Formats: sequence, C-alpha cells, structure tokens
Amino acid sequence: MLFLESTQINSTFSLVPWAIFLPVMGILINLLVGKRFGERGSGMVASLATGLSFIVSVVLAVALGGHPEAVSVPLVEWISIGSFDVSWAFRVDTLSVTMMLVVSGVGTLIHIYAIGYMHKDVRHNGDPGRYNRFFVFFNLFIVAMLILVTADNYLMLFVGWEGVGLCSYLLIGFWFEKGAEGLGNARAAKKAFVVNRIGDFGLLIAIFTMFWYFGTLTFDGVFEQASALAVISPGVILAITLFMLLGVTGKSAQLPLYLWLPDAMAGPTPVSALIHAATMVTAGVYLIARSAPLFVLAPTAQAVVTWVGALTAIFAAGIALTQYDIKRVLAFSTISQLGYMVAAVGMGAFVAGMFHLVTHAFFKALLFLSAGSVIQGVERGMESGGHGHSEIDPQDMRNMGGLQKRMPVTFWVFLAGALALAGIAPLAGFFSKDEILAAASQQSIMIYVLLAAAAFLTAFYMGRQIFMVFFGKSRSEAAENATESPAVITTPLIILAGLSVLGGVLNLPGVHWLETWLEHTIEYTRPGEFVVWVAALSFVLAVLGIFIAWLIYGKRSIRPETVDPLEQKAGWLFHGLRNHWWLENLYHWLITDVYGERPYGSTADFMADGFDLKVIDRINSAIAQIVRQIGRGLSFLQNGYVRSYALYILAGVVFVFYLLLR
Amino acid sequence: MIPITYYLILAGILFTIGALGVIARRNAIVVFMSLELMFNAANLVFIAFAAYHKVLFGQIFVFFIMAVAAAEVAVGLAIIVMIFRTKKSINVDEMDALKG
Amino acid sequence: MPLFLQNLPDLLIFGTLAVLAVASALGMLFSRHAVYAALFLVLNFISIAILFLVLGAPFVALAQITVYAGAIMVLFLFVIMLLGSESLPGKSKLRFHRSVAVLFGLALLVEVGVLVITIWGDFPKTTGLSTVYADPTSLGLALFNQYTLPFEITSLILLVGIIGAISLILREHQTGQTSIPINEATGEKKE
Repeated sequence: MLFLESTQINSTFSLVPWAIFLPVMGILINLLVGKRFGERGSGMVASLATGLSFIVSVVLAVALGGHPEAVSVPLVEWISIGSFDVSWAFRVDTLSVTMMLVVSGVGTLIHIYAIGYMHKDVRHNGDPGRYNRFFVFFNLFIVAMLILVTADNYLMLFVGWEGVGLCSYLLIGFWFEKGAEGLGNARAAKKAFVVNRIGDFGLLIAIFTMFWYFGTLTFDGVFEQASALAVISPGVILAITLFMLLGVTGKSAQLPLYLWLPDAMAGPTPVSALIHAATMVTAGVYLIARSAPLFVLAPTAQAVVTWVGALTAIFAAGIALTQYDIKRVLAFSTISQLGYMVAAVGMGAFVAGMFHLVTHAFFKALLFLSAGSVIQGVERGMESGGHGHSEIDPQDMRNMGGLQKRMPVTFWVFLAGALALAGIAPLAGFFSKDEILAAASQQSIMIYVLLAAAAFLTAFYMGRQIFMVFFGKSRSEAAENATESPAVITTPLIILAGLSVLGGVLNLPGVHWLETWLEHTIEYTRPGEFVVWVAALSFVLAVLGIFIAWLIYGKRSIRPETVDPLEQKAGWLFHGLRNHWWLENLYHWLITDVYGERPYGSTADFMADGFDLKVIDRINSAIAQIVRQIGRGLSFLQNGYVRSYALYILAGVVFVFYLLLR
Repeated sequence: MIPITYYLILAGILFTIGALGVIARRNAIVVFMSLELMFNAANLVFIAFAAYHKVLFGQIFVFFIMAVAAAEVAVGLAIIVMIFRTKKSINVDEMDALKG
Repeated sequence: MPLFLQNLPDLLIFGTLAVLAVASALGMLFSRHAVYAALFLVLNFISIAILFLVLGAPFVALAQITVYAGAIMVLFLFVIMLLGSESLPGKSKLRFHRSVAVLFGLALLVEVGVLVITIWGDFPKTTGLSTVYADPTSLGLALFNQYTLPFEITSLILLVGIIGAISLILREHQTGQTSIPINEATGEKKE
C-alpha cells in the first residue's frame, strides 16, 4: 500500500532508487561493521557504493538517451493529508541525470582520493579511529545530494537540501576539537549551518507559497499552473522566486550569505572538494535551473538573480587576491564561480550555467584535491624535517614555493586545473565561461563588464597561487622536504585533470551536445552562441591576468614577513579586500553581538533562558508531576489484602452484568 | 410445577451470600466455605435448567464440577495448612506480603 | 389461582427447602465460630441435595450428599480442628468493606432479579417430576460414551489434587523444617 505501482515505467528507469540505496547500504555497512574492515576496507566500501551509484546514473543516462522525455518513478507514499499529497518519487530527466552523473562521478573520485588523504590526516590530527566515521558521513552526503537532485517535488528536494546542510555541518566540524582555541572548527560548522538555515527559511517560504497557490508541490504540477497564475497575480511568482533566491544565496554562498564558505575550509580537504566546490554549493544553481519555468515568468526576479551573481563574482574574486591560505583562495574562487553560474541562470542561459557547473565541478574539485596533496606534501616535509606541527601553517602559501620539482604530478594537475579555471582555451573552463560571457554581452553591458573583470581577476589570482606555491625557491624547510603524494591520491587527480582538459567537448560551440541534451528538460533556455569577440577578449584577459601575476609574484618570492607586493601598491584596496570590506564585522555588529543591547541577541537570550527553560521545561515537569500524583493517589487500591481484590472483582462482575442487561 | 425462575432467584441469593462471605470474613477457612456455597449455587442453576429442558448435560456438568471442586478443596486446604505453619494464623488480613 | 393451588405441594416443598437453604447460608455467613459455620454449610448442602432430588436428579443429589457433605465438609472440619481456630481477635482493618460488599451484593441481587423478570415468560412453566431421563444408567452411558474425555481429564485432576496436597505437606516430614524458618518465641521469620 505504501509502495506505489510503477508498472508503466520502463524497467531501466526503475533502477533509480538504487542510486540512493547503494550509498545507504554503504553507510550501514560502514556504521555496523566498518571498524572491522580496517581503513582500506571501509574506504573501499564507501567508494564502491558511490561508484555503483555512478554506474546506475550512467545506465539511466543511456536509457534516457533513447527516451529523452522525463520519467517519474514513484517509490513511497509519504504524506497524504487532505488535499496535501506528497510522495517520494524520483524524477529521471536530462537535468537530474546530469547532476547525478556529476555528483556520483566526481564523488567516486573524491572518495578514492579520501582513502589516501584521510589515512594521513587522521594520523596528523591524532585520532585514527575517526577514519570510519568520515566515510559514513561522506556516503551520507552522497545520499542526501542524490535525493536532492532526483526529487520529483519541492518537498523531497528540500529534504535533500537539508540533508546536505547537515552533512556539511558534520563534515566541516569533523575535527571538532581542533581549530582556533579548540573551538574553531565547531564554530565554523555552526556558522555554516546557521547561515544555511537563513537560506532554508527563504526556500521554505517559497515552498509554502507554492503549495498555497498551486495545491501541489510536484514540479510538473507547479509549472503547469504557474503561467496561469502569472497572468492573474504576477507578484506571487515574483515572491516565490525571490524567496527561492534567498535559499540559493544561502546554499550557494552568494552575497549576502557567502560568509560560511571560507570558514568551511576548516574541514578536511576532500570535504571542501566534494561539498564546497563540486556538489552541495551547486544545489542552488540546480534549483534555479529546475525552476526555470517560474523564473522565466518573473523577469524582475531574473534581473535580481543576475545582479546578485555578477556582484558576488567580482566581490569574491577581489578577495581571493588577498588571501594567503591555499584553501581560502580556492574557497573565494568557488564563490566567484558560483556567482558566474547564478548570473548565467539568472540571464536565462540555463544550459550555460549547467555547463559551467559541470566543468567547474571537474576543475575545482581537482584544484582542491591537489591543494590537499600540496598540504600533505608540506606536512610530510614538516615531519621529516623534524619541525613540530605547530611551527608553521602547512596551508599558508607564503611557506611554500618551489614545489614544482618536489611534487611534479601534483604540479601538473594543479596547473591543468588552474588554467581551466582561468579560462585558457581549449580547456574546459574556457568554453563554459565563454558561453556565460557571451550571454552577458547580449543581455547587459554592465553585467558583462563585471563578469569580464571577474574573469581577469580569476586568472590573476590563480596565477598568483601557482607562482607562490610551485615556482621560485622554497621558502621554508618544510617545503624543501616536501614529497609527492601516493598513487591513491594522485590517480583521481590525473583523471580529474583529464576531465578538466577535455570537458569542453560537452558543449563545444557548433556541436552543443549538452544543450540538446538539456533542452528536453529546460525548454526556455537561451541558446548558446559563440561570439567571437567575447571569446577572444576573455582569452586575452586570462593570459593577461597570468602574465601580470608572473610579473608580480613570479619573479620574487614572498616570505610571511614581507609585505605582499599588491599591498605595497594599493594598500587601502588590499586591506579592504582582505577584510571582505568588513562585511562580516557588519553582520556581527548587527545581529550577533549578544553582550550588547542588540535586539536579536537579547531576544535569543530571552527565548533560550526565559522561555524555553522556564516555561516549556516547567510544563514538561508539570505533566510528569501530574502523572506521578495520579499514581500516588491510586496506590491506595493496592493494599495487599486479598479481600479488597475480591471486592474489586465483585464490583467488576456487577458492572459487567449491568452492561449485559442494558 | 414451579417456574424455573424461582430456582434462579434462589441460586442468585445463595451466590450473593457466598460472595459476601468471601469478602467479609477474615477466617480463611470460612472464606473457602463461602466459595463452596457459590459453587453450589451454580450447580443449582445447572440442574434446574437440565430439569426444565430434559437435557442430561446439565447433570453431567454438575458431576464434573463436584469432582473438580473436591480436588480444589484438597489442595486449597493443604495450602492453608502450610500457611498456618509459617504464619501461625489464618487471618487473611495478615497475608499481605505482596503489598505493592 | 387454580394453577397456584395445583402447584401447592410443589410450592410448599420448594419454599421450605429454599428457606432452609438461605437460612443456613446466612447462618454460615454470620456465625463467629468456624465449626458452627461448617455445620451450617452441611445443612445447606443437604437442603440443596433435596432440591436436586425434587428437580429429578437423584444421582447428583446423592453424589452431593456423599461428596460434598460427606467428604469435603469432613475435610473442612478436620482442618478446622487441626488449626484450632477460634474466632479471630481484634477489629478488622477493613470494616468499610462490609458495607461496600453488601452494597454490591444487593446490586447483584437486583440484577439477577431484573434478569429473571425479563425472561419470565420464556420458559415452560411446569414439568412433571420424572426421573426417566436422569437415571444413573443413562447418566453412566452418557458419561462413558459422549463425555469420555472430560471424564478422564477429571480423573487426572483428582490425581493432581492428591499429589499436590501430599507434596505440599510432605516436605516437612522429610527435611524436618518448614520452608521458611520460624523463630518459635516471637513468630517472626529468621534467616
């Protein structure tokens, strides 16, 4: 009765629940018997689960190739109250299968990488027993993300949305006792969760509004009725889309809710790669692409989305120039690239946005993973050189340098990823970024300028990073003694590098495979065009950026003590960028200053102590007290005398007799 | 002859007296005897119905009731004797060791 | 009225026996001394046995006298003598039980009355006294043919009763001490 009939579904499509249940089995196996398998075993179980999920996605993609229309595979009837009917159904269409392939494919590679990375990381941090837990959480993330992308209705999407938020929290705070003052990681995890919550609030309001006006939450149901509603009351559609945008800014780290992503780098590097580069943060972009019919009906919302994306792109790119931590540079780069994607889908170029999502997943994951390889190389150098762990920060780029000779494989893959990110033809990033720029050039010149400037800055900071990390002389003993990472780490890197280099074929101008593939689902997408001058200009900007970076950073080396040459040249700009234009301080002052008389802080205080503790807890204990008093009051009935019990029996007989006689 | 209902009323009265005896007497043996009185009331009902419907089964059932009651009395009295040995009293009010 | 006069002998017999039964029951209920209660109960059993006879069940009637009045009550008297019980001292701690029990008893009676009234007309009023259907022969035939299984089980029950009663008592002679050691002087349990 719970499981719905799916007899009409082509049997291949009914495989889609397996994509989720295989990682669930991975979780259960690792949870229950994982410790016995040892590190290799539990890592392999998790990677295998994700890998099988990838194979399921491939099978679905092949099946979809011959039958490109969307298919809905229902699984379980979930909520059925009155007219509110939500079931857990899987939607297999080109868009969701694309996301599934990315999530499970890149996820599998990162799992394999993590087998090697976490092996060293748990030893570096001193708790080898925690290895198993990592893979449980990792698989849990894959499950949640797949639920998100295969959902057939907004509520299941929200379930996945929340699930990935939870896994993000669990994994950022994986070393919860480490970090600044022993609390830093936990604080970062909490920050991620809370900021995401603000976004989730927006998404929830959008879902409520949708249910109120449409009576259904399935994608098909909503989109059918949306155009009718847009004629009657366009404000509703605008409200829905703007609230969705709030959710997107939270999950995909756009302005103004970007601030959790840089701190999320406190988590282990595979986490940063998978969650905060390739998949979770792209959920926002997926949401907008999925809700394309809604956004198309609200041009104002589209404009807002585009501006948010473009401003975030330039804002984050600027900040990335001033960061010294190798992962923070990449974090801000992610925010910036997400801004690109959000701007793209805001402009109606959904395919361009998705294309960039896919290629960005490749090279950003690659960059993060190679950064992890670099960090571990430096750590190995630290340990072999006899330095204590706290002496230098292995993630600070100012302590690196000259690693090209010491870690050649890592160098080449990092270079591939960086060039792809910067947009050097013919790597993947060039094509995807170029489509977005082309769309921008036709939409609005202001947006184009912002995005082009961000492209220039992207090339610049990536060049800066490469020169600081790999070229020049080693600036510390640790960097001098760094060694290459083992094969289990470098192999996924090489695969990802290949994908970054060749990924452009997905949507080459003129061939447009991805576009025709996605057009079955997203009908309103702006077709991708190849505008020659845009392409040429972006290529030139990219090369220019790298060249200037070489000029400033390549020739000299920078010690932690010396001042960054950029700071010398434009001190105030550098200073502002480094502090994110004091945006975080603004938030902090506005909202969270608990010890001042900030209304938010004191309200939170009141709710926690005054209300929750005193009122609600008292109600609970009062109920318990009532029960206890009733029990005490009735205890006189059990006086131990048989005669009393016989009397009760007689009373019962009389009563039953009476009932029978009525 | 007599309406059967007279017998039923008589049986009811005897049953009630027996029930009162179980509840109101403190001597364990008298309680047991009241129990026997209740059995007899039930027997009376059985025989009365057997007589009025000319069915043999009522009397056979009474036969069985008597046999079982005999066995029950034997065991019950043995238990009372055992209890008397330990508590030196047959006052049911003193047997409250299972008081909750 | 003619019916009443017709039935007068039966009514008289029934009335006498009924009054006797109830009176002896009440006597058992109210007597202070356990032996008197037992004797009253014997009287009750006998009156009920005669009622059985009137109702055309001679075998059961004599079985009642033999088994109930003759064996069971004798057993009761044995135990009463063995335990040497007198009327129990002191006031009961549960005096209110009596009133409540009487209340419930009256309620039960009322209900029986109601039941009786509702079925008043449903039964054949009269039947001749006949023992044809219930002579020992037919009883025995029915017992051994149709009701063999309950018969055998009853014999098992009796066996179990015997074994149980004996095993409960027997332990004392074997081990020489009761299951719970008693301090003779104070009557308290001792470990």
